[in-house]
Amino acid sequence: MSAETEREIILKLEDVSKVYSGTVAVKHANFEVRRGAVNVLVGENGAGKSTLMKIIAGVERPTAGRILLEGEEVSFASSGDAVDRGIGMVFQELNLFGNLSVAENIFATREITNRFRKIDRKEQERRAAEFLERLQAGIRPDVLVEDLRIGQQQLVEIAKAVSLDARILIMDEPTSALSAAEVEILFKVIADLKARGVAIVYISHRLEELIRIGDYITVLRDGRITGQEKMKNVDTQWIVRQMIGSDAKDFAKADGHLPGEEIFRAEEICLPRATGGLAVDHVSLSLRAGEILGIYGLMGAGRSELFDCIMGRHVHATGSIFIAGKKVRERDTTRRIRRGLALIPEDRQREGLVSILSVASNLTLASLSRFARLFHIRGAEERQAVTGMVRELAIKVADPAQEVSSLSGGNQQKVVIGKALLTGPKVLLMDEPSRGIDVGAKADVFRTMRKLSRDGLGILFATSDLDEVMALSDRIAVMSNGKLTGMFDRAEATEAAIVAASALGHGPAGHTETNVHD
Amino acid sequence: MTDIPAKAAAPSASNGSVLLTLMKLRTFIALIAVLVFFSIAAPNFLSAANLILMAKHVALNAFLAMGMTFVIITGGIDLSVGSIVGLCGMVAGYLVLNGIDLQIGYTIYFNVVEIALITLAVGILIGAVNGLLITRLNVAPFIATLGVLYVSRGLALLSSDGRTFPNLVGKPELGTTGFGYLGAGKLLGLPVSIWILIVVALGAAYLAKYTPLGRHIFAVGGNERAARISGVRVNMVKMFVYMFSGFCAAIVGLIISSELMASHPATGESFELNAIAAAVLGGTSMSGGRGTIGGTIVGAFVIGILSDGLVMMGVSSFWQMVIKGLVIIVAVVVDQAQRRLQSRVTLMQMAKVG
Repeated sequence: MSAETEREIILKLEDVSKVYSGTVAVKHANFEVRRGAVNVLVGENGAGKSTLMKIIAGVERPTAGRILLEGEEVSFASSGDAVDRGIGMVFQELNLFGNLSVAENIFATREITNRFRKIDRKEQERRAAEFLERLQAGIRPDVLVEDLRIGQQQLVEIAKAVSLDARILIMDEPTSALSAAEVEILFKVIADLKARGVAIVYISHRLEELIRIGDYITVLRDGRITGQEKMKNVDTQWIVRQMIGSDAKDFAKADGHLPGEEIFRAEEICLPRATGGLAVDHVSLSLRAGEILGIYGLMGAGRSELFDCIMGRHVHATGSIFIAGKKVRERDTTRRIRRGLALIPEDRQREGLVSILSVASNLTLASLSRFARLFHIRGAEERQAVTGMVRELAIKVADPAQEVSSLSGGNQQKVVIGKALLTGPKVLLMDEPSRGIDVGAKADVFRTMRKLSRDGLGILFATSDLDEVMALSDRIAVMSNGKLTGMFDRAEATEAAIVAASALGHGPAGHTETNVHD
Repeated sequence: MTDIPAKAAAPSASNGSVLLTLMKLRTFIALIAVLVFFSIAAPNFLSAANLILMAKHVALNAFLAMGMTFVIITGGIDLSVGSIVGLCGMVAGYLVLNGIDLQIGYTIYFNVVEIALITLAVGILIGAVNGLLITRLNVAPFIATLGVLYVSRGLALLSSDGRTFPNLVGKPELGTTGFGYLGAGKLLGLPVSIWILIVVALGAAYLAKYTPLGRHIFAVGGNERAARISGVRVNMVKMFVYMFSGFCAAIVGLIISSELMASHPATGESFELNAIAAAVLGGTSMSGGRGTIGGTIVGAFVIGILSDGLVMMGVSSFWQMVIKGLVIIVAVVVDQAQRRLQSRVTLMQMAKVG
């Protein structure tokens, strides 16, 4: 397809601003969306991408400025309005009803009914199955959404947006919880939509992804648009420069310190799955002080479940763990934290933060006993620890008494990390520590991981990002289907070997071996 | 960019924040409003005797509302407090009159301090039952405490076959005298029950603000999963709040029996609703995570003064119910409006800056 001809502009934002409580999210933005093309939008977290998209999708109304749809000024009173005009959106925060089935979610507010206004469940499930089939998700349309893993939920969200048959489809970080194989499928679906003339607005933090599928790129920084180009004219360097104003990106370099004694060992960890079989299948591994052990695996490989077992969150888990050679007999989370384990959970909103409490209260929540004499919290000591952590992790917050929900994703993640660090852990478990945060915050997180390992912490981190696991780990463990299927030293690890190990034990489904990263 | 538009913008912004401050202080303003209104409308309202009498009435609800506040902050509800009041009153009355028959020809009589301690223990125990049902058996708080409401009320009625334990003066030779001190005694000119309220309220406010347990109560209500992963012993926190609620109810049971010098098994019916109303009026959020002891106390005073004042004015009790209901609804509506206004004011300030 010759991209020489300029694509027709279907939607245009003119001088749009949006002011929220706490922040000016978008300042005088001019943004164009072109038909039959992937319009990529990038920017650090808090740069205003999501807000801009919510304005297009009718979720938010702009404080100032105009929206032109096919040259005609429009204003959406609600997202339903936007849907009627042919604008669909895949939200970053999953907007699904956990208590309803997949099919019911896909057809929510557009239920298929028969003559008597009764919902035609069979027809809904049949059509839902078609959409899911296109995503090769392997999800049955009649299961409840809350029973699905977060990655599968994301696929449902995508299926829902695709089912709208929209002219403009906005995807806000659609791949943040998807495995490499699923990303490939999604890209096929996107190519298909593009060929049918759908305008796609695509937001992601994964630059490789953007460069691969984007046709046009717009970069946002601090609510302002700092660059707008055709994708073929730009490279990663350019994007990063526009995003953070300099070339500073990339993973923190290893400093070449040698790991020390074994600090953590897990033996034969097993966790039965509710549906039968094992979610974690006899996993044993050991970690040395100052070592970063990356655990790579596809969605549902059992990484998060392994971490949950280690933290003592499952009563049915078996196996034993050792810290510095001593067996940990405590079975509950509270006492395991005291023994020196700390978890940074995958799902920040649901498990990481108490969003209505302040930044300070969140930071010290896990370590209050450190600041308490008998039962009295010594305010001065607590404040000191909070300011110390805010400075150390470069958390951008005017006042630690601010509610934590007013921070951007990257800064929220730093609060979760700070909370774990204040407990004085020996072993840090990080589940997808860079999920859904911007390049700048990612670099900060990675730098922190390096520093902690230098200070002698053992770090286990789970990720589904191949570059990340290759760049950061001293050793790489690969999980698949609950089993540990590979263990590589960094020197001998190759992407091909890791990917191959991550697909072990999966069925012969043809798509699993196509996921070689470029 | 002269300073004229800035000056023009300033008053509107500060109007917003004045209104916001007013709304934040709404419970206080309501308190002052009812005080002023009744001191004009009801003769003798401001007399010292009447104020002390009202404070004693309010104290009863305030105790229950404090326990309720912690429970609601954790995201639960305790419907059983009214019944615990009744049952604890009966326990105290029974012990004063009958002691404990050991079935071997001896009967143990306790002195008043011991009786009070036993009664408090009973209240805490019933709270613990609530807590165990909720944490160990995963019963929804509404249902668990509803069940305990019926069981406790039934036990209270069974304890005397539905009769009242009258005349709890006790016998000097058994050492059971002095039960009336709690309800009728005075210390430095204030009733003993008010002093107890002050002590318990200060303790509860301190707990909420300066102890790890208090912080954990808010964390559990804000996000239980995150609290659990942070090492908060969620079950222990929940056990505590229900036990504290039971403790507060037992205090009320003791005070009422002591004031009347009699225990009636139906005492405390529908007290739980007043307690919830006071907590909500004081700014406690039913969805958990938000609330203060101070706000709850002020809320209890508003409700208490309102009903006493209306009685003094001779307003029919049917109208009193209508008015109380309206006050609660208005309070919650204003609460919502305040949240909205708050975000608008911040927004205006941001717009002015950027």
